[in-house]
Amino acid sequence: MEHFALWLAAFLTLGIVSFLYKDNPWYKLCEAIFVGLSAGYWFVVLFWDNIYGKFWVGVFPLEEFDEAGREITAEPDYWLFVGAALGILMLMRLVPNIGWISRWPLAFIVGSTAGLYLINYFSSNMMRQVQGTIVPLFGAGYDASAYAIVGNIVVAVGTFAGLVYFFFSKEHRGVFGGTAKVGVFFLMLTFGASFGYTVMSRMSLLIGRMDFLLGDWLGMIK
Amino acid sequence: MRREIPLLITGIVGIVFVLQYFIPHFPFNRMNAWFSDWFSIVAAFAIWLGALNLMKISFQKVFRRKSDWGYAVVIIMSFLLMAVVGFAEGKGFRDQGTAFDWLFQFVYTPLSATMFAILAFFVASASYRAFRARNFEATLLLLAAFLVMLGRVPTGDVLTGFMPEGMRLSAVASWIMNFPQTAGQRAIMIGIALGLVSTSLRIILGIERSHLGGGD
Amino acid sequence: MSTRAKELITIAIIAVFSVVIYILKITGVMTGIEFSGTVSTIIIIAIFLALLVILIRTLRGHLVDRRTVFLFIAFSVALPLLMNISQKITVSGEVEQVYNAVIDLQPGSRVLVSFDYDPASAPELQPMAESFLRLCFMRDLKVIVMGLWPQGPQQAELAMSTILEDDEMKAKNIKYGIDYVNLGYQAGNEFVVQRMGSDFKSMFRKDYSGRAYDDLPLVKNVKNFSNIDYSFNLSAGYPGTQEWVQVAVDRYGLKMGGGNTAVQAPMMYTYLNAGQLEGLLGGMSGGAEFEYLANFTGKATKYMLSQSFAHMVVVAFIIIGNAAFFRSGREKKL
Repeated sequence: MEHFALWLAAFLTLGIVSFLYKDNPWYKLCEAIFVGLSAGYWFVVLFWDNIYGKFWVGVFPLEEFDEAGREITAEPDYWLFVGAALGILMLMRLVPNIGWISRWPLAFIVGSTAGLYLINYFSSNMMRQVQGTIVPLFGAGYDASAYAIVGNIVVAVGTFAGLVYFFFSKEHRGVFGGTAKVGVFFLMLTFGASFGYTVMSRMSLLIGRMDFLLGDWLGMIK
Repeated sequence: MRREIPLLITGIVGIVFVLQYFIPHFPFNRMNAWFSDWFSIVAAFAIWLGALNLMKISFQKVFRRKSDWGYAVVIIMSFLLMAVVGFAEGKGFRDQGTAFDWLFQFVYTPLSATMFAILAFFVASASYRAFRARNFEATLLLLAAFLVMLGRVPTGDVLTGFMPEGMRLSAVASWIMNFPQTAGQRAIMIGIALGLVSTSLRIILGIERSHLGGGD
Repeated sequence: MSTRAKELITIAIIAVFSVVIYILKITGVMTGIEFSGTVSTIIIIAIFLALLVILIRTLRGHLVDRRTVFLFIAFSVALPLLMNISQKITVSGEVEQVYNAVIDLQPGSRVLVSFDYDPASAPELQPMAESFLRLCFMRDLKVIVMGLWPQGPQQAELAMSTILEDDEMKAKNIKYGIDYVNLGYQAGNEFVVQRMGSDFKSMFRKDYSGRAYDDLPLVKNVKNFSNIDYSFNLSAGYPGTQEWVQVAVDRYGLKMGGGNTAVQAPMMYTYLNAGQLEGLLGGMSGGAEFEYLANFTGKATKYMLSQSFAHMVVVAFIIIGNAAFFRSGREKKL
């Protein structure tokens, strides 16, 4: 079985890699397997973890005992029926005449996400970032090194200029336009660095696959 | 009815999530727990909807004998295989040694990992064919990529070994990542946060309604 | 000969080669290949010369076929895996920060490690997981593992089984429930983190193996994040480090370091700069640097040679492309 598993994994890996040569039936077969299997994977995982694990076990708790034999069964939570009802309404989208009712669970999802993100992003990705940008120039105890001072100035100038670039309600001309231009330079440096890291990430994944092919499968790596 | 109730649901749920941040006590903590559980359940059904839709489209492709319908059969078979095995295994479906785990380890993982891995080839090809220093901005982008790529691997320091430690490529890459790169990322992050906050407010207050689609 | 026939012959050659090598492997005739220093040098020179040929061709106005570039990348990643060349690793400040945070903890301190990735991202994150857990156990810290991704806890088990093969680890006599606990996966993304802020047990009534929360000595007195001394998040996307920072760090004051895929890492530098993250391991190079600090040669260190080669080849292709671009006077749009 282990031999079969290795060969199957190698067959599928090489099938996807064959796309580099050109689009071909081997690749298409692997792609179709991937699509079907992914859908099946999440179908099962979400059933057991969310629908069974959250709803069913929440409404009908399993009898549980600790190592001392004391019962630790949780209290049933019948409010979870509301969640299940919203979920069923979501599936109504597949029924043409009553598909509109799926807007209710959709509204719930959108409302939850909006409420949660409003606070989380406002606090962590905005206020804390502003706080992190405007720092004492020479350090809180006048102990910052020259490297840190220059760095902090670069961060403050770059962030401000970058934000000016994203402000489109005023025409980018004069001093404002010049600042926006500086912002573009910082953004370009950022994209370049991100590109470098993306190369690193993709190469790492490729190394992982090569390690499988040459190591686990063919046993060529010591 | 078709628009008012969804708007009401969005507004109430959104406001509760905002309030529970400031008042993490009863009843908001309880409502937060309910809503987060409901969210998980509804999200699961939403993914189910996507999977079932995929099946619907694939079956239509097969019955109407559209081009490449054979691959639609493979999609259906793979889906059914994973689903049947997963349901048959019971709640311990993920345990090591189960058929579901076997399919995951030896079929799903190689496919998904290789899908992402082959992007390495396309990134390299694009570097050769399209990554050009056409103007000052593009040169800055190229330079940053160049320095970071070399500075983040040991070869960078080998190439600049003759220079003082703080001037070597690893130090330069670190400086770029920690300062100018951080500044740019932060500007983007704050910009996104501002957009998210304003859009969220519009949604909660019922001003933004595009997510509800057209019609009444 | 038709193209079809050539393709079939190529596939047949690859298949026969694979079968032969595989038979040699399972019969024990071949136990792995390691190039000598001379062979490695010859390969490096050959790659360099081939790049030179491409440069000359490109300067003459002929861009090489994309498949040639693909082949270069394949060789530059595969061949170093068979070489044995040691490289000097330079440690960056953010990696040192994670290391120092662990070193500064008193023995017995509780460390929470969230495995938020799946096997597809394992080449980057699994080495980090192994070296981080290993360092924690070497420092006699107590480790609580969990996952916001369904496959996360399984990756944790894999990492544990790998490091427990090590003699030094065996000598530590690590006991489940006392030194280490795997709480398993819980669905709900950032909502899980949010509810852990008030009560861990409400999210993890049982651990990965089905034991009740209160039966696990390590966690039975852990109520919420205030009982955690440091946390480390291994993340490949959503939900991941960003959600942990937004909820656990900013709302509940958890001290946290991040181990991210390289795609995600650049964004994390903003959190690092604002003090929301205490240290960051970015991609495989971050993993290799951490292994170096932890005095442990893991897969990240082994893979770094391939990573170096691949980066060099990509940089070379950028240089070649631009050299031709400038030579053509930026007009031919080469």
